[in-house]
Amino acid sequence: MRIVLHIWRQRNANERGRMVRYELPNVSEHMSFLEMLDVLNEDLIAKGEDPVAFDHDCREGICGMCGCMVNGIAHGPLPGTTLCQLHMRHFKDGDELYLEPWRAKAFPVVKDLVVDRCAFDRLIAAGGFISASTGSAPDGNAILVPKEIADHSMDAAACIGCGACVAMCPNASASLFMGAKVAHLGLLPQGQPERHRRVKAMVAQAKAEMFGSCTNIGECEAVCPKDIRLEVIARMNGDFLKASFADRSAGDGEG
Amino acid sequence: MELDSKFPAGPIETRWDRHRFSLKLVNPANKRKHTIIVVGTGLAGGSAAATLGELGYNVKCFCFQDSPRRAHSIAAQGGINAAKNYHNDGDSVYRLFYDTVKGGDFRSRESNVYRLAQISLNIIDQCVAQGVPFAREYSGYLDNRSFGGAQVSRTFYARGQTGQQLLLGAYQALERQIGAGQVAMFPRTEMLDVIVIDGRARGIVTRNLITGRVESHLADAVVLGTGGYGNVYYLSTNAKGSNATAIWRAHKRGALFANPCFTQIHPTCIPVSGDYQSKLTLMSESLRNDGRVWVPLKKGDSRPPSQIPENERDYYLERRYPSFGNLVPRDVASRNAKLVCDDGRGVGETGLAVYLDFRDAIERLGRHTIKERYGNLFDMYERITGEDPYQVPMRIYPAIHYTMGGLWVDYNLMTTIPGLYAIGECNFSDHGANRLGASALMQGLADGYFVLPNTINDYIASVKLEKADTSHPAVREAESQVTCLTKRLLDNKGTRSVDSFHRELGKLMWDYCGMSRTAEGLQHALSEIPAMRERFWHDVKVLGGGEELNQSLEKAGRVADFFELSELMCLDALERNESCGGHFREEYQTPDGEAARDDDRYSYVAAWEFHGVGNRPGLHKEPLAFEYVHPAQRSYK
Repeated sequence: MRIVLHIWRQRNANERGRMVRYELPNVSEHMSFLEMLDVLNEDLIAKGEDPVAFDHDCREGICGMCGCMVNGIAHGPLPGTTLCQLHMRHFKDGDELYLEPWRAKAFPVVKDLVVDRCAFDRLIAAGGFISASTGSAPDGNAILVPKEIADHSMDAAACIGCGACVAMCPNASASLFMGAKVAHLGLLPQGQPERHRRVKAMVAQAKAEMFGSCTNIGECEAVCPKDIRLEVIARMNGDFLKASFADRSAGDGEG
Repeated sequence: MELDSKFPAGPIETRWDRHRFSLKLVNPANKRKHTIIVVGTGLAGGSAAATLGELGYNVKCFCFQDSPRRAHSIAAQGGINAAKNYHNDGDSVYRLFYDTVKGGDFRSRESNVYRLAQISLNIIDQCVAQGVPFAREYSGYLDNRSFGGAQVSRTFYARGQTGQQLLLGAYQALERQIGAGQVAMFPRTEMLDVIVIDGRARGIVTRNLITGRVESHLADAVVLGTGGYGNVYYLSTNAKGSNATAIWRAHKRGALFANPCFTQIHPTCIPVSGDYQSKLTLMSESLRNDGRVWVPLKKGDSRPPSQIPENERDYYLERRYPSFGNLVPRDVASRNAKLVCDDGRGVGETGLAVYLDFRDAIERLGRHTIKERYGNLFDMYERITGEDPYQVPMRIYPAIHYTMGGLWVDYNLMTTIPGLYAIGECNFSDHGANRLGASALMQGLADGYFVLPNTINDYIASVKLEKADTSHPAVREAESQVTCLTKRLLDNKGTRSVDSFHRELGKLMWDYCGMSRTAEGLQHALSEIPAMRERFWHDVKVLGGGEELNQSLEKAGRVADFFELSELMCLDALERNESCGGHFREEYQTPDGEAARDDDRYSYVAAWEFHGVGNRPGLHKEPLAFEYVHPAQRSYK
């Protein structure tokens, strides 16, 4: 089938970008979306034009490296799917697709469809962990975790940190990403001692990174490739509120 | 060169304890005066960097992805082994040790494997403490499942995303150290050379992938946790970015490369569908717990699977290996899939696939249970193929998945360059000629959390290193090598893309150094590769500049290294005139088609020394002694 692509081209963070039109006459329905971009890049190289830069690595939907806006939707039209797992059989002959990088102040464009998501790492560094230094652990079965709790925690822990939630949010809020981590760790007995400190530090860091606030729009949940639910944000807000009242002295975030 | 593996003598059960006691320590207050470089942030590199930071060392950590959380360990699905014996089914440290030595077809070092089995217990405890949400039973206790090559349930898992959850545990521990200022993280930075001063590894040369800046970083020791080299084959289950550049360039600086021909073909991957295909997707081996593998009895039977009656199906693994059935180790399952396809009984459009059927399991356990166990894998299969595995059997075929070979290391995980360590998949040490399922995660974390942070103290405490700065001639020389290579690639006025060369090399390697090998085929590959490499350097076309994000340039450097490494793999495969584990030489098989080892002549680790591109490398042998598990033909019948 024939696919027309309009792709955001931007040489680097400082230069202005623009949309460029490309036509692909022979796209197989079995190709993945990224394989289609590979084919485009091979054509561009043959013509002596700079190939389109895009991030990707595992191509199995788990590393969280790939992603761009496809016709205004993060990771494209198929729910619960990363861009690398989206196959061309979901498009039809003659479709025109507009590809843009994630748009958010906290994710500056590096080149073409590549953005800098280090702000996510700094959110985790602020508090998204359980402080269990190597060697100090008791036997695994000494800490009982009821199955329902473990399953809930796992639902939240499935987040791949791709950034689609931020890109899709009109406020560029990182609440779904943070909420997922707060829920994953805060649900488990191991995560209790640092529960308040964690949420306060992460919220403070999000502010410093210029992520917006959550206004419960729900676009993040709609595009999340791992189906992280909005309830993790509710949980984070609840924890944050409790933390703000309960131990005003704990935590190094300004909260 | 004398290879000293440095493992202690005496009873194997106490070797690691006694060895740890004999190692020198570094006073906590002195640790902050030492800098250690860690390259790679997967399970091995990430856990090592975090733990070294916790100990108080200054750590500089590097990865080529945008975040340390992307490392390819994240894609491991099935689980992690540990000899907890929580199920009272006869497991023990000794049995895990035994299974791993036997599974590796008697080509691994007993002392290392025993240590790995011992440490497996600590790993689970550590990961639980960090908040890894392992699967639980209703009582709250940890759940286990069984995995290929074992008859006990010792595999811990977090749905089909065990690697992801373990990696996030290590990543979060690492971020905690980054937040504390103990680890300096350099994402989107690729290591391109090792700096060796006075015979010791003292640093690395890197390229910042966004600005193109070439920089040197100096330290007291360098740790590589950079993963395997399966992408030599172009199509593999590895991430697109996985590469051998770090270990290959260390090899060129003097680190011996051990058993390069030991590659693992995973039996359950989604088959190739077109020539644009960029990678192969693994379906977790855990699927073989409930899925049954079969092909039609008749050749060229093109009926849809639902119309092939029971008595016209060949459940060939259950037939040939009644005691292990569908749970035979990976090498055995892969080779059998190839045999039935070569026999003309493969299924699907290309005839290069076999069925993995869940019909009986769904009947027995119900759709709900199957969904709970494998839901995400079934979804992934459907997304890629457009077929619903609850209705139609999956089609699977073997694909390159893991490399058991890697840099030679001693018991301390140090390479033959003093001060240079290799951990995780990038070393050769624990899996012999075949790795058992759920053992890669175990090894990565054992090396990173528990082995290296103990052994590296001994080196730091024993050596007196001269002060060195970036004006040292060795630093200048390494930097200029890197800059020259970049310039050579960019100035080349060729006509073909990097990928086109990579595909060509990958196909040659798959055909002649893949699932089965012959002397004739390997000789053919050895005559083709240098010519292909020449064509690459003559005709490769890399657009763009060196001082910007340039993904073609990154790939070109990695493929250039694959062209050299592939030659060594073929040579090693040709020299090893036996079949063992993943290395199957057609000339050496038993009358019923199983791998025939030759313990008299090949019970050694082949460690190769680099003598220049195109020159024959030197072979050093580390003899293997089996004091505990006595070599026998591996039987899973």
